[in-house]
Amino acid sequence: MSAPAVASLSCPQCGAAIELRTLDQALSVVCASCGSILDARDPNLHVLQEFKARQKFTPQIPLGTRGTLKGKKWEAVGYQVRGATIDGTTYYWEEYLLFNPYEGFRYLTQYDGHWNDVQVVKAAPAESMSGGRPTVTLHGETFKHFQTASAETYFVLGEFPWQVRVGDRAQTRDFVSPPRMLSEERTDEETTWSLGTYTPGAQIWSGFGLPGKPLQARGVYANQPDEFMPRAGSMVKRYLLFVAVIVGLILIRLVTASRETVFATNAAFFRPAAPADSLAFVTPTFTVRGRTANLEVTTEAQVDNGWAYFDYALVNEVTGTTYEFGREVSYYYGRDSDGNWSEGSRRDRAVLPSVPAGQYFLRVAPEAQVPTDFLEYRIVVRRDVPTLTPYLIVLALLALPPIFMALRAWGMESARWKESDYAPTSDDDDDDE
Amino acid sequence: MTARSASCPNCGATIEFRWSGAVQTICPYCKAVLVRRDVDLEKVGMVSDLPPTSSPIQLGTEGRWQQDGFVVVGRIVYRYERGGWNEWYLRTTRGGGAWLSDAQGDLAISAPASGDAALPAASELKVGQSYTIDGTRFRVASLTTAHYAGVEGELPFTTWDRDESLFADLDSEGTADELRFATIDYSDESPVAYVGSYVELEQLAARHLRRIEGW
Repeated sequence: MSAPAVASLSCPQCGAAIELRTLDQALSVVCASCGSILDARDPNLHVLQEFKARQKFTPQIPLGTRGTLKGKKWEAVGYQVRGATIDGTTYYWEEYLLFNPYEGFRYLTQYDGHWNDVQVVKAAPAESMSGGRPTVTLHGETFKHFQTASAETYFVLGEFPWQVRVGDRAQTRDFVSPPRMLSEERTDEETTWSLGTYTPGAQIWSGFGLPGKPLQARGVYANQPDEFMPRAGSMVKRYLLFVAVIVGLILIRLVTASRETVFATNAAFFRPAAPADSLAFVTPTFTVRGRTANLEVTTEAQVDNGWAYFDYALVNEVTGTTYEFGREVSYYYGRDSDGNWSEGSRRDRAVLPSVPAGQYFLRVAPEAQVPTDFLEYRIVVRRDVPTLTPYLIVLALLALPPIFMALRAWGMESARWKESDYAPTSDDDDDDE
Repeated sequence: MTARSASCPNCGATIEFRWSGAVQTICPYCKAVLVRRDVDLEKVGMVSDLPPTSSPIQLGTEGRWQQDGFVVVGRIVYRYERGGWNEWYLRTTRGGGAWLSDAQGDLAISAPASGDAALPAASELKVGQSYTIDGTRFRVASLTTAHYAGVEGELPFTTWDRDESLFADLDSEGTADELRFATIDYSDESPVAYVGSYVELEQLAARHLRRIEGW
């Protein structure tokens, strides 16, 4: 035999039928028809408060709906709309009271499409300060103070294990450690703490079999878990793996690159003051063998507080293919109040990315401005030399997604705290300082 | 614990005792309040039906707490101006008594304090004061004057001659992780302290729970 789960009563004010779902747990029950708040303890249900809400609200989870939340069955038995007025604007949120005779009570709260699954905690958490802000610690988890507000009850429906009234006021303090939130509610009679867990609206919709779709959540809620941070974290991990692979490839390249010298001049001189035309020359033909690889042209000029510019053309003797490029070498040094200084380098390295095998010569047109009459220079051409640039470009490109994700995480975090008591001061305030 | 039986002096029904040491029981058939006098039962009054409850606990519910089995033998329903609760009387397999309180689905279980704590007189009690009971520092959280709204089953004392009693609820000081609670009951001439902890129904491995329609 099983015991009845509901008691059927009627409203003394309007006569409408009232079902009591929490039986002896109920202290007040609201007549769904006339809105009177009745004393559920009194067999005659005397009126505690006549309907005085300024506005009627309709619960998104109709009272009496049963659903499953985290594997447990619950029935929606009570509904409150509460609000807090901050800087002249009232922000409303909904609170659903859930009941299971074997589990007791539980709450769901909803604000701007953000849902929390809330349970009362019996003990007050330990309070302390961190970085000038209050924190509380419960079971080893530290929660940061988010907001202090005054909550007022605007609308009630269903039944409650306490004497509810429209106009009830409580001082609230919220502390967050996403996805959890510890909230304190203080009235003259008592102080209660509750622990909320951020719950996607879709989970409540499917758990309670509600029609349609939940309201799209707007903004970032106090204890909304940061979805970007863990993603940024896994991206960084993947990126570090890429770095390791690329470092491996660089090492392989350093070992396998042939660095074969295909041409080198001896140390030679030219006279910078001579007419430009007379300085241009052509090198002997040299052979580039093997597969198509890069070709490195090293220009070394013994410039002292001066510069030299080499206009190059690498010409394939057979096909006539020409690679034109210009290189500058400059080196300055001296001594000032900070000590010795120097700038530039006497050696320059240019890499032509892919040059096929063949017979080549260089056409060279040098010019220079140096304090000496003659300038010593040397040109060395090597094929298949290791270069880092392409690897660095790949690494830089691969770094973009994790950086982007980290920026979004940072953006979410600042959006979260913008709604708190610790919102950064506005730009106007900054200008005044 | 052997079940003893007696017959109700009011209606003649056979009454099976779950606990042989019961001082008072209620005849489940005629609701007569029966008090044990030596071997006989004396009818001292009548009780009305209990209000419907949503508690999953009932007379005969069995469970375990602190490595000791228990059976629920009696119940007192308390009411005060801001609510009410069920106080279930448990007999343990080791032969002790304990109370399982059931308020708005929050369960707490407690047994008489073992030490002789110096308990404050009712007139000295104040919310916020601290006392050491059984080596634990407790702070008075609330004072409740409650009246008996109903009784059933077997109890270790008589209730028919009482109306109100004062309770002090105390919570342990220190970190929330090891919260304990205590109650000082001022029903009798000298106060009695009970010490215990909050429990979840699941932790009690309860059997013979009340079946509630639709759940």
